[in-house]
This record gives sequence, C-alpha cells and structure tokens, in this order.
Amino acid sequence: MDFTTQLLIAAISAGTPLLLATLGGILNERAGIIQLGAEGLMLMGAVTTCIVYIRSGSLLLALLATLAVTALLGIIHSFLTVTLRANQTMSGLAMTLFGSGLSAYLGKSISGLPLPGTSPKLDLGWVKSIPVIGDIFGRLDVLTWFSLLLVAALHLLIHHTSWGLHLKAVGDNPATADVMGIRVQMIRYSYVTAGAALIGLAGADMVLAYAPTWNEGLTAGRGWIAVGLVIFARWNPLRALFCAYFFGALDSLGFRIQLLGSAIPPYFLKMIPYIVTILVLMYLGYRNRNKPSGTPESLGTPYIREQRF
Amino acid sequence: MSPKNMSSSAVLESTAVPDKSGKRFSLRLEYDSSRNRSPWWSPVLSVILALLLCAVFIAANGMNPVTVYEKMFRGAFGTSYGFTETLVKAIPLLLCGLGIAVAYRISVWNIGAEGQLTVGAMAATAVTIYFPDLPSFWAISLMLVFGIAAGALWGLMTAIPRTHFGVNELITSLMLNYVALLALDYVVFGPWKDPQGFNFPGSPMFTAAQSLPVLGTTRLHIGLVFGLVAVLIYFLLIKFTRWGYELRLIGANPNAAKYAGIHIKRHIIIVMLISGGLAGIAGMAEVSGVTHKLMQGISPGYGYTAIIVAWLAKLNPLGLIVTSVLFGGLIVGGYSVQTIGLPSSISELLQGAILFFLIAGEMIHRFRIRRSA
Repeated sequence: MDFTTQLLIAAISAGTPLLLATLGGILNERAGIIQLGAEGLMLMGAVTTCIVYIRSGSLLLALLATLAVTALLGIIHSFLTVTLRANQTMSGLAMTLFGSGLSAYLGKSISGLPLPGTSPKLDLGWVKSIPVIGDIFGRLDVLTWFSLLLVAALHLLIHHTSWGLHLKAVGDNPATADVMGIRVQMIRYSYVTAGAALIGLAGADMVLAYAPTWNEGLTAGRGWIAVGLVIFARWNPLRALFCAYFFGALDSLGFRIQLLGSAIPPYFLKMIPYIVTILVLMYLGYRNRNKPSGTPESLGTPYIREQRF
Repeated sequence: MSPKNMSSSAVLESTAVPDKSGKRFSLRLEYDSSRNRSPWWSPVLSVILALLLCAVFIAANGMNPVTVYEKMFRGAFGTSYGFTETLVKAIPLLLCGLGIAVAYRISVWNIGAEGQLTVGAMAATAVTIYFPDLPSFWAISLMLVFGIAAGALWGLMTAIPRTHFGVNELITSLMLNYVALLALDYVVFGPWKDPQGFNFPGSPMFTAAQSLPVLGTTRLHIGLVFGLVAVLIYFLLIKFTRWGYELRLIGANPNAAKYAGIHIKRHIIIVMLISGGLAGIAGMAEVSGVTHKLMQGISPGYGYTAIIVAWLAKLNPLGLIVTSVLFGGLIVGGYSVQTIGLPSSISELLQGAILFFLIAGEMIHRFRIRRSA
C-alpha cells in the first residue's frame, strides 16, 4: 500500500470518533442547545465501554451501557438547559469537568488493561481484492459502517422529513414552533439526549477501534475539536463526514510523517490538529463575515413560553 | 404579583388539587426571570449536594464516605503542614480564578488559563536559561515580566480570533491549552533539558536567586502576596474606574453598552490580556516558588479548577479568596486519600459535581410553587 492509501485508512480510523461526536453535536445544536460537554461525554463513553467490556466480556453489553450512561448525562444536560434554563455554556463545561473527573475515578481500576477485543470488522469478501478501494473499504469495522449509515440517515432526517422540519423549527424559532403545536421541550430533550449518546459512542469508538485500552484523559481534546467541527460542517451531516475525515487525516499525518523519519520534533506535529482547528474557524469567520453562518438562530437561548392566564 | 413579574414569569404546570376542605385550588410552578440574584446559601448547598453525590461513588468503591471526607479535611486543614500546602495550591487558583472572573464578567468564556499558566511558566524559565547570572531582584522581576507577557500573548491569541473573526473563544482557548502543553513537552524533553538531570525531562534547577522567597521553613511563597495584591487592584479598578464601570455595564447588558458607545471588542481584548497575564503570573510563581524547575505536570489542572473557583465565588474578587483556599484544600485532600487506596481523581469528581449543582442552584430559585384559587 502506498502512503496515500495508508493515510486514507488512518484518516477514516481517526476520523470516525470525530464524526460520531460531530453528528451528536449537530443533533444538539440543531435543536438549539449548545453542547460543550462533548469532551466529558466522550471520556465517559470510553470508560464505560472499557469497564463493561473488560468485566463482562460482551461488546454488545458494553455498547448498550455506554449509550445508557451518556444518554443519562444528556438528560441531565437537558434538564439543566431546557427545564431550568441554566447557562448552556456553563452546563457544558460542568459536563466536561465532571465527565473527566468521574471517568478518571471509575477508570482507575482498569487503567492500562487491554480490552478483550476490538470492534469487529465486516468482511466484504470480493471487495477486498479491488486495489485501493478494497484496501480502504474491505477493513472497516462495524462502528465505522454505522457512522456512515448514520450520516445518510441524519441527512435524510434533517432535510427530507417532517421530523427534521420540526427539529429545525425548534432550533431556529421555538416560539413559532410552539404556536404550530410542536412540543419544543420534548424535542429538545430527545435530541440533546440522542446527541449525547452519539458523543458517548464516539468515546466507545476511540477505545474500540483506535487506542484499545483506557488511559486517563485519552480523548486529548477531540471532544472540543468536534465542537469546532460542528461549526466547520455548518450543522450539516454530509459536510461533517468530510470535515471529520479531514481532521482524522491531520491527526494521523503527524504520526505518519514521524514514521518517515522526519527531523521535525513530534511535539510540533502533534500540534497540527489543534492549530488547524483555530485557523479553519478563523477562515470561516472571515469568509462568512457578511453572510449567515448557518447557525441555528436560537442556539444558546432558552425558550420561555409567555405567561398564560 | 407586580406587573413587572407578570411579563417575565411563566406558568409551567397547573394542577388542580382539592384541599382539605374539599375546595379546589391549583398549584402552579412559575418561572420568574426577574429573580436573577441567587441566594447566598446556594453555593453552600451545592457544595453539600456534591459531597453527597460523591459519597455514593466512594461507597461504591467499598469505603466509608465519612471516613474519606474526614481524612481529606484533616489532610488539607488539620495540620500546619497541610494548611500551608493548601495555601500553596490556592495561589495559582486565586490568580487564574481572578483572570477568569474578569473575562466571565463580560461573558468572554476563557477556558485557556491552563495554557496561559503553562506558557507563563515557560517564559519565566526562559529567563533562567538565557540570563542565568542576574542578581535576585532583577531575575525575579524579569521572570515576572516574561511570565505576564507570555500569558497575555496567549490570551491575545484567544481574543483576536473572537473579535476579528467571530471564532468562539471557548474552542480557541482550549486548543491553545494543548498547544502550550505540547510546547512544554518539547522544551523539557529537548532544548532545555537538564544535562545533569539523569535523562529526566525537566529544566535545570533554579538557583536561589531565581526562586521566590518563602515563609520560614514552609513551601508557602511570596506568590500569595501577588495574588492578594491582584485581588485588591482588581477590586479597586472595578469599583472606582471608568473601565470598571464599562465592564460592569457590558456584563449587565451588552446591547445597552453597545448603544452607549462602548467598544466591546476593545474590552474583550483588554480582559483577555489581563486574564492571560494573571495566569502567566501563576505559572511563573509555580516554577519559581514551588517546583524550582520547569517540568511536565507543573499544573494538575489549576486552569480548569480555577473556572469552578471563579464561578463558586460568583466572580466576586473577595469571594475568590475563600473559594481558592477551599479548592486548594480539595486538591491537597485528594492527595491525602491516595494513601488509603482511593484515586486522587476524587477531588476532580467533586469539583465537577460542585459546578453542576452550582449552575442548577442558580436557576432553581427562580421557580416557585404558587397556589391560586
């Protein structure tokens, strides 16, 4: 395999957790709720997967537990931001700090232990023998295929169904949605919860497909990069796919360059994704300075129904 | 109910309940956004609730939460050694927390204190490496200036994308934390590594002239005075200057401030310079006063803890003195329970839980159950 094919494979493998987290973030923010807890949710997802998988040996159980735990955290975030109308920024920050503390606390007992297995790969038989395409698509694991299906499903949901219309209405103009008979609070709760579970799944993918053991803080800011990717993807699942793989490529590029025996110290190569995140967001800000950015219009503002008598 | 409240409150639930005499009345849960000042006991209550929640996790680990909390408390405040250690940890929390409070006052969500602290420590170390023979006063002064400048520069790198490119400062400041930590790794493993350090990643030890004076035989250093002076200056600036007035105005109502002709962008840049500079002082004080050399892990997450410290103090500079000592104690207490086999991350867990209950507590008093016929 040549360098480019290897890089593409690495981009998909490093990009899948970012993709899942970005899709989760898109669901949150389309409903009008900022989700800054991604880093904490990913850590909680990763640690839950590790604990349950190591203790029970069942991958399915581990994934279900991950979804349940992070969905519960999503419900807490919705309760704070939708029902109590707390500051969404602070609630997300609390989620991140709480999640990294709790995951470190819970993960202490299994820190460094190898997982019993990885995410199973789908064997596509004859596809594998096609050059390049076979190399890339013949070895994808279940979670990667799931994330690809999810991109298509969310694209259809948001842009081609009435559910998507309701979601966008709630995110853009909750008062109008309310008048139209859409249950704003219910929709916000559902999407924030589903989004949190997806971000948790991103954490599970980190340990199942990428780094198969638990280490404190193993996400290393990927949750925050996903928060940036949501903006980069302009709240659009299809664009999220390309953005996540682009960043996956950047993430693994440093490592690949190092393997080639480059003289650049690895610390600088590791800075690439973080610096590029800032530069890309600056570029987008500059390019879209006089245009609507695609931000859901009521993002960050709680909805308060007027007084009824 | 006053007419003002009528416009800003909302009925959430309305349930008809018969009372004892059989007459029907309804209970309503009302939201009143005009009640924006949370009661004084809400921070206290949130700390208590967080302790209760974490007790569950401690118990799940097979230990008695009361014993653990008692040990944490004794470790942090029970002995004079423990208490000075608590104060040593409180210094960076106070400095970073003050910087964060300045920024949050006008809703600039700087979460980059960790990185600003790190580059401050690096810049101070640079002075010891490139100007090794300065007399004490000049060495310390120059280290302080470098620390402030580096922290402020890191803050500026968060401010400019926000003001000129509309980039959310949360993302920028966090990304810069990782960049700063990687830069730290580079210098301690690479160019600044102590040749006599047995291959241990770290700079050479600072000389006595490059170290901050300490109190007697303790580890408590003069950085505490830096912190208290900074609190005093900030308090006076906010209360008695035009700048402080404008800051308070932006914090209270950004739109009104804009129409009053206040340059919000300029203020964002100023607060980020201050915020970063204060964290830079904290970094300088850590290397010069505590570790006496630059190495990995000079901060066990002070920059993040300081966010909670600032919020718990309701961004009040005097309150910050109390909360930073409390959280310094939490960190020291976290270390002291390691001896009985509990992960020290229990203190991080507590911190996160406190913040959760705190932001919930700020809102919950706006809801009232009312009875109407």
